[in-house]
Amino acid sequence: MLYVPGSNPGMIADSMIYGADSIMFDLEDSISLKEKDTARHLVYEALKYLDFGNVELVCRVNGLDTPYGERDIEAMVAAGIHVIRLPKTETVQDVKAVEILIEQYENKYGLETGSVKMMAAVESALGIMNAHEIAHASNRLVGIAIGAEDYVTNLKTTRSASGIELIYARSQLLNAARSAGIAALDTVFSDVEDTANFENEVRLIKQLGFDGKSVINPRQIPIVHEIFTPTDEEITHAEAVIEAIKEAEEKGLGVISLRGKMIDKPIVDRAIRIIELTKASR
Amino acid sequence: MEIVKSSSAGTLDSCDIQIRIESNEIGSNEIYLKSVVEKQFGNQIKALINDVLDKHNLKSVTVNAVDRGALDCTIRARVESAVMRAIGRESLEDWSVIHHDK
Amino acid sequence: METQSNNGTNRIHGKTIKPYHGPFDGSGKVTNSLMEAILKANLKDGMTISFHHHFREGDYVINTVMNQIAAMGIKDLIIIPSSLGKVHEPLIGHIESGVIREIHTSGLRGKLAEFVSDGKLGTPLIIRSHGGRARAIEAGEVKIDIAFLAAPRSDKMGNASGNGAYTQCGSLGYAIVDAKYADTVILITDDLCEYPNMKPSITQDLVDAVVVLDAIGDPNGIASGATRFTKNPKELKIAEYAANTIISLPLYKSGFSFQTGSGGSSLAVTRYLKEHMKLHDIKASFALGGITQPMVELLEEGLVGCLYDVQSFDLTSTASIAKNANHLEISASQYANPSSKGCMASMLDFVILSALEIDTDFNVNVMTGSDGVIMGASGGHCDTAASAKVTIVVAPLYRGRLATVVEKVTSIITPGDTVDIFVTERGIAVNPRRKDLLEILETTNLPLVTMDELLEKVDRLVGKPVSIEFEDRIVAKIEYRDGSIIDTIRQRKTV
Repeated sequence: MLYVPGSNPGMIADSMIYGADSIMFDLEDSISLKEKDTARHLVYEALKYLDFGNVELVCRVNGLDTPYGERDIEAMVAAGIHVIRLPKTETVQDVKAVEILIEQYENKYGLETGSVKMMAAVESALGIMNAHEIAHASNRLVGIAIGAEDYVTNLKTTRSASGIELIYARSQLLNAARSAGIAALDTVFSDVEDTANFENEVRLIKQLGFDGKSVINPRQIPIVHEIFTPTDEEITHAEAVIEAIKEAEEKGLGVISLRGKMIDKPIVDRAIRIIELTKASR
Repeated sequence: MEIVKSSSAGTLDSCDIQIRIESNEIGSNEIYLKSVVEKQFGNQIKALINDVLDKHNLKSVTVNAVDRGALDCTIRARVESAVMRAIGRESLEDWSVIHHDK
Repeated sequence: METQSNNGTNRIHGKTIKPYHGPFDGSGKVTNSLMEAILKANLKDGMTISFHHHFREGDYVINTVMNQIAAMGIKDLIIIPSSLGKVHEPLIGHIESGVIREIHTSGLRGKLAEFVSDGKLGTPLIIRSHGGRARAIEAGEVKIDIAFLAAPRSDKMGNASGNGAYTQCGSLGYAIVDAKYADTVILITDDLCEYPNMKPSITQDLVDAVVVLDAIGDPNGIASGATRFTKNPKELKIAEYAANTIISLPLYKSGFSFQTGSGGSSLAVTRYLKEHMKLHDIKASFALGGITQPMVELLEEGLVGCLYDVQSFDLTSTASIAKNANHLEISASQYANPSSKGCMASMLDFVILSALEIDTDFNVNVMTGSDGVIMGASGGHCDTAASAKVTIVVAPLYRGRLATVVEKVTSIITPGDTVDIFVTERGIAVNPRRKDLLEILETTNLPLVTMDELLEKVDRLVGKPVSIEFEDRIVAKIEYRDGSIIDTIRQRKTV
């Protein structure tokens, strides 16, 4: 997911060329209080006129505790955004409140109810403790994400290269997401020049089980893709697993094995996921 | 629509356009444009600015625009923002709907 | 072969023969002033004088020499610098006062370029490529009466080199041709060293006079300290596509050769290639052209056999040419002259070039802006495009609001049938003539598109500009490398 400040026309116009799976236009933290209105207009007009291809379009709106939140939601629903991302989600009520507004504006603009999806970003200790309830709060939710900068401040610590301070939050968020059957997205890494530590972090979150990473600069995208793209070995194995299932089904065998190893459901699920990932990265 | 204050929107960065709007006494709209692509797109840019002014029923305003190669969608957004600020509103009351294929 | 030229002097191989005056004792080449050198050289109204552009935007010499000539009341000159920059704006005054009648150059920029675009130079500007200029000089199509050649260091006999105490420009490749073919060669330096100046670019047998000035150039304008690796994500995306295109082709294997331009994307291509070359143990045989830091890094890490340097762009490359045995200076003729018995460009596998505009027939413009005003340089663009086995042009689809892909380029520098692949951030177009390349690239996951698709994309983004109107008057003729006129530039219409 590529962060694009909603105030920068040049970056918005080029945001679709970098191969990001989704683009997140930001109306929140990267926009100064004086420019909330102009950023909203700019993103709206960009969504109206530019061809973004088949990339997922996300907008991080301002919180409903600000004068901008509701106006952002209205403009973005009208603009046909795919996903509205709530910042600083702490409770189920936060999600519900946004959901009600989305539905209200879907009705106002004649959109099918439920067409606009949601994503909740959790950025505080309270949010992490409530992650399970948040993840289950709405059918519109397609994913939850962790925003680490605010979170570590809330924890009274800072971010480190190893990410030790985030281990609990990441694991908690991930389990919440999985229990609700939605995606889990990791936080940004803000030092664009430090590719070595960025790589380490991407490897770590992939191993933890995250579905993807938010990036603040297009230069970080190839690194994420490289790490998340299955290796040739993984692909070959996955294809062999799928082939073995087909064969077993044709022969009517109940127990499936590949090279003497029994294949059970988790292995099949993993194989299917690898094939899907491979297709997605091609 | 009446202008309640002079306003501006947009920046002088590349790919952007800065729009300043103020009311005038002449009873018609006038647009002054400086653009890095004046020769190629000057008239189109002015027409687009006029279009937004007409949409909001503005009849006696002066627009000073400094364009650094903005695309049409940027120009429209900046003029809309400047108009909203000039008439003292935060945002459009009614957005037109856009449909995207997913 | 001796021929009688129209002014009655004997000439051989394009040079005036000077009768034997007795043994030359080596004294007296160093003159007391620029004026003395000009007087000795017998500069007269209507003559042709030349300069080089190794000092780029840091050059003092062209302006200094022209001011001196103007002060001496000489008029009606033809000047043929290898290129001109913004720094040469004062030439406008010399055109207006009649000191300069005609200009032949590769590039023209800034106010001087606008002045010419407005039709204020009496005779049309002649634009030549680097190879084309060397060819025209060697063929005698242009005869240089006096070459004024700035050199960072020289000894009293005129052995001149590109790295001196105060200025460094590395290779003097463009100047070498002038030194060989001009009737009179005046070297201008600010660092007169003890005799002999070792490893000269220009040797004493070619030099008539040496002038020492207080300063010949601004080091900051001549070569940038270090070539910065672009951080612009769009340029990097283009470079990544271009590098992956090269890597996908069978010509990319140990022993391959390449040249890149000095733009952000071109330079980044070298960096991307380097990573791949290291990882897969692939070594290039040579790199050619304008040399920059990324190429020097390849050389010093053993990833390229040698660098053939016609122009050194940054301090890393000026230092490298002095210290690295395999970093070799070549003249513009060796580099790209199409009529020589084999220029280095003809051995290129890949060349990566830039473009201001490219049209659906792959014709490239690097000379005029889309407002019709001259703003660039022909350089080695058409030379290397015609010579390399695979010519790749890299450019963003649009800049600001100006489309790079157009229906018809404002002016042609490089004909489309010598361009094979066009790489943008929004797709890669292969010239339909190169079915062989297309077939290979179709098996990769690179985003292939057609020129028409790119044109449609960019039209949707930026809109259709109103077409620029021109006056009938021709302000510049663009020579192709073989000397034929490939295009003309007309006077811009002022509103």
